[in-house]
Amino acid sequence: MNTAVNLCGVTLKNPVMTASGTFGSGAEFAEFVDLNKLGAVVTKGVANVPWEGNPTPRVAEVYGGMLNAIGLQNPGVELFAQRDIPFLKQYDTKIIVNVCGHTVEEYAAVAERLSNEPVDLLEINISCPNVKEGGIAFGQSAKTVCEVTEEIKKYAKQPVIMKLSPNVSDIAEMARAAEAGGADAVSLINTLTGMKIDIHRRCFALANRTGGLSGPAVHPVAVRMVYESAQAVKIPVIGMGGIMTAEDAVEMILAGATAVSVGTANFTNMHATEEIIKGIERYMRQYHVADISELIGAVHDR
Amino acid sequence: MKKREKFQETAIIIRQEEIADDIYSMWLATEQIAAHAKAGQFLSIYCNEGSRLLPRPISICEIDRPDDAVRIVYRVAGKGTDEFCRMRTGMHLTVTGPLGNGFPNEKKPALVIGGGIGIPPMLELAKSLDCEKKIVLGFRSELFLLEEFSGQGEIYLATEDGSAGIKGNVLDAVRNYRLTADVIYACGPAPMLRAVKEYAAAQGIECYISMEERMACGIGACLACVCHSAEKDLHTNVHNKRICKEGPVFRAEEVEIP
Repeated sequence: MNTAVNLCGVTLKNPVMTASGTFGSGAEFAEFVDLNKLGAVVTKGVANVPWEGNPTPRVAEVYGGMLNAIGLQNPGVELFAQRDIPFLKQYDTKIIVNVCGHTVEEYAAVAERLSNEPVDLLEINISCPNVKEGGIAFGQSAKTVCEVTEEIKKYAKQPVIMKLSPNVSDIAEMARAAEAGGADAVSLINTLTGMKIDIHRRCFALANRTGGLSGPAVHPVAVRMVYESAQAVKIPVIGMGGIMTAEDAVEMILAGATAVSVGTANFTNMHATEEIIKGIERYMRQYHVADISELIGAVHDR
Repeated sequence: MKKREKFQETAIIIRQEEIADDIYSMWLATEQIAAHAKAGQFLSIYCNEGSRLLPRPISICEIDRPDDAVRIVYRVAGKGTDEFCRMRTGMHLTVTGPLGNGFPNEKKPALVIGGGIGIPPMLELAKSLDCEKKIVLGFRSELFLLEEFSGQGEIYLATEDGSAGIKGNVLDAVRNYRLTADVIYACGPAPMLRAVKEYAAAQGIECYISMEERMACGIGACLACVCHSAEKDLHTNVHNKRICKEGPVFRAEEVEIP
C-alpha cells in the first residue's frame, strides 16, 4: 500500500500535514506527536521581522468551530531560521514554511532569507483575515494574486504554494490566477471571516472584533472550494478546512487534494494528525486502494 | 529526547459536588498527571460534546499523589463548564496536563492571596509551602474551601458584602490586618492582580501572580493566550509571553495585566 504523494517534486510519506498557525514550529506538539510520522510540518507564518500580533482575547469558540485573530505574531525569519529549522531538521518529515508580510517586498525578503535553508516548500499567506495590510488584501483580487505570485517566484528557490482565501466570490478564478503567476501549488482554505458577540457584556468576543472561522463548521465549504480549484488548475491543490477525522481527509482528497492540512483538530485532540494518518490507511485497506493517488480527485456523480 | 512532562489522558471522575453556588469541586483519577503536577499548574479539559472544540484551562486545586488524583474547583461560566458540572462519578474526561510553570517555592515568609475563582490554585500552593504563611481569601459573599485552608496558615477573609471578615477586597484585608511578608503569591481577577502588583511594588515585596486568558492549544503553539511583557521574551522574540507556557505564574513586574 502506497500512501506517499508527490507535491511539486517533493515526496511526502503520506498526505497529512499540519495547518499553519495551529502547530507552531512543531516543538510544543513534539511532546505529544511523533513528527516523523507526518507528511510535512507547515510552520506558523513567519515575516521578515518579528510581529507582536493582535490584542487579546485572540480566540473564541463558536458552535462547531472557533474564531481566531492572532494577527500573525511571529519571531521573525532570522530567529526562526536559527532555531526552528534546525529543530525540524531532526525529524524525518518535510518542512514547509508559511510566509507572511505586509508588502510584496516583505514576502520576498523572507523567501530570499530562506533560499539556502533546508526548507522543502514555501507556503505564501495571502489570505490572513486578521491583519490590515498584506494577508487577505493580496488574496481577494485575481490580478494581485497573479502579480504577488510572479514577484515571489523571482526570489523563491523552493517551490511556492499560494494559500488562498475563501472570502472571495470565485475561488477557481483565484486558483487560476495563482497558477498563471507561476505558483507550484495552491492551498485552501484559509479561515472565513466571522464575528462573535458576548450578549451578556454586549461586546465583541475578540479584541480584533472579527476573526477567522475554522473547524468542522467550515468543512463543507472547504470541500466545495477544493473541488472547484482542482477542476480549474493543473498544479496540485492542498486541501484544508475543518478536517477532524480520516473520513474528512479522504473526502478532501476525493475532491481533488493531493495533500491535506490538519489545523483546529490539533486543539481538540493532540494526536489528531497521527490518528488521521492511521485512519487513511484503514480506509485504503477497507476499499483495497493500492496507491493513494487513485483517490485524488476520484469523486464522481452518483 | 526530553523526558515527558505533559500527558493527554482519559481521566475518571472520582466524585463531584457543588461546594458553593455554581462552584463545583471535581476529583479526577489520572495515570501520570498527579505524579507530575505542582501548585499553580493547570489542566486542559476537553468537552465530550463534539461541537465544543477547545479544551477548558482549569487550575489544579489539590494534588493527591498517593491516589494519583487531582482536584479542580471551577465556576460554571459557559457551555463547557456546564457540561462538566453535570458529570458524575465513573464518567470519563480527556485531560491534558500538567500545563504551565506553576508557583516557585521561595522558602520565605509568604502572603498567599486568592480572590474568587482564583482561590482554588492557592490551596495546593498553601499546602506545598513549608514556611510561615498568611492566607488572604476574598469572596463576593458565599465562602468555599475554608475547611481545606484551615490548618495551612493564619487565614484572613474579605467579602464584598461584609458577611465574613473585612468588608471589601483582599487588599483591604492586607492593610487592615497590617499583613507583611517577604513574598506574595496571588491569583484572582485582573483588577485584584493589578492592585496586588501595585501594593507589592510600593512595599518592595517580591510578588508572583497567576494570569488567565482565552486559550486554544494550551501548550504554547497557537499564541492565543499572550500577555505583554516588560522585556522582550526569548521565545516569542517580541514583548509577549505565552500564559500557557511561560506562565501562568509570572513575577508581577514581568508582565502587564490587561
